[in-house]
Amino acid sequence: MEPFLWLLFSAGGVLSALLIPALLLLFGLAFPLGWVSPPDHAHLSAVLGQPVTRVVLLGLCVLALFHWAHRFRYTLYDGLQLKHLGRPINLFCYGAALAGSAVASYLLLAAW
Amino acid sequence: MTDRITLRVTRYRPESETEPTAQEYEIPLRKEWAILDGLNHIKDHLDGTLSYRWSCRMGVCGSCGMTVNGEPKLTCATFLEDYAPGPIRVEPLSNFPVVRDLVVDIGDFMRKLPQIKPWLIRSEQEPPAENEYPQLPAEREEYERFSMCINCMLCYAACPVYGLDQEFLGPAAIALAQRYNLDSRDQGASERMDVLSAAEGIWACTFVGECSAVCPKDVDPAGAIQRYKFTAAMESLKTLLLPRGAR
Amino acid sequence: MSEKIEYTPFHPRWYRPHIPVFWWLRRRSYLLFVLRELSSVFVAWFVVFLLLLVNAVAQGPDDYRRFLDWSAGPGVLSLNVIALCFIVLHAVTWLFMLAPHAMVVRLRGKRLPAAVVGAGNLVAWVLASALVASLILG
Repeated sequence: MEPFLWLLFSAGGVLSALLIPALLLLFGLAFPLGWVSPPDHAHLSAVLGQPVTRVVLLGLCVLALFHWAHRFRYTLYDGLQLKHLGRPINLFCYGAALAGSAVASYLLLAAW
Repeated sequence: MTDRITLRVTRYRPESETEPTAQEYEIPLRKEWAILDGLNHIKDHLDGTLSYRWSCRMGVCGSCGMTVNGEPKLTCATFLEDYAPGPIRVEPLSNFPVVRDLVVDIGDFMRKLPQIKPWLIRSEQEPPAENEYPQLPAEREEYERFSMCINCMLCYAACPVYGLDQEFLGPAAIALAQRYNLDSRDQGASERMDVLSAAEGIWACTFVGECSAVCPKDVDPAGAIQRYKFTAAMESLKTLLLPRGAR
Repeated sequence: MSEKIEYTPFHPRWYRPHIPVFWWLRRRSYLLFVLRELSSVFVAWFVVFLLLLVNAVAQGPDDYRRFLDWSAGPGVLSLNVIALCFIVLHAVTWLFMLAPHAMVVRLRGKRLPAAVVGAGNLVAWVLASALVASLILG
């Protein structure tokens, strides 16, 4: 199991590093602070209307969540010396990642 | 310019103490003296009861690893002058049980080392070569870096994962396994796999990277471990996706 | 070791120091490591933020407007400032410190030095960011 979780973690690490800085800079800072005027709804709707965009975003969401699950698990193990609670920690981390992936699939595929 | 410097050395005398204590020694500060020369000066002239390990004095034997001002160092390659005006804290290596003063017990590593089979393994189906097994310079380059390890244990002392969980196989053992796995003359990679890809093997490593930072021989155990994670993950994928015959 | 065992020359009584819970505060490199690992929490927060945005756009112009107002509120804004710092820490450590060590990239049979792999990652990062920006800003 561990090798596959590690592959998800690594893929998520790469995708997060490449895509999130630009996305978060724009939507988290640049638009709210008025540095750049935000795109209008029609434009964003058209971009998200492309299936390719939504598939890439879904990939980003799922892999980023598994990236979090893996790292956070080890941070709890080592950073707080909680390795003896391995089972509940794993349940929490990977359970949350699975639930988040389900929500992401619903929002990006089913509900669109 | 002062010509003396203070070493604050950890003493632990198990016959009379339950906890280590610090003892200060003032020694001459000489340009060409390493910490180890300072310790030898103490042993010869100030206090013959001080215990520590050393042998070659030239960064090859790997016996004189200690913690100098909080950093794992080879004391034969760490110079007094770089820490002037002092005082310099000299402590035993972290993460190992202390036997006496600056001497630690590395038995745990010595028990782990043979598990990764650090020798060339040849397939038993093939008859042994009549002469030597030839190797190209490029093939040698593949593993040469990992073969520089002198088992000085600085990487174990720097590794918080090992400090927290002694079951972890540890940086040097994994790097040494890779030294043989990547050797073109070796055929034993599959025999080392079970130990390496166990939960206490590579997967326990969280890539803190300090093992590579403190390595006096530039072995890069952290890199070796991450490379092996990728190899092991690919092997697992193959096992999952390919039919038995095609592996 | 238990205190009861008596010391003899043939039976050492080891001293094993206890590792404090906040061991990672004692060394700069350990602190940086824990901060790097904690960046994953903000990666997860970004997924939540992104899904809220996607949902708002899907609901229509009014919800999208409301999302923009919400994200300009002091609470969300300061959270995102912190999040961006951690995300940049993640991107920099991952692309330039971790990946170049871990990846073996070969060109004509020769292993590329870590610096070249890092430079390749930088190019990929710039291209990906430019693509994202051009898609969003039109």
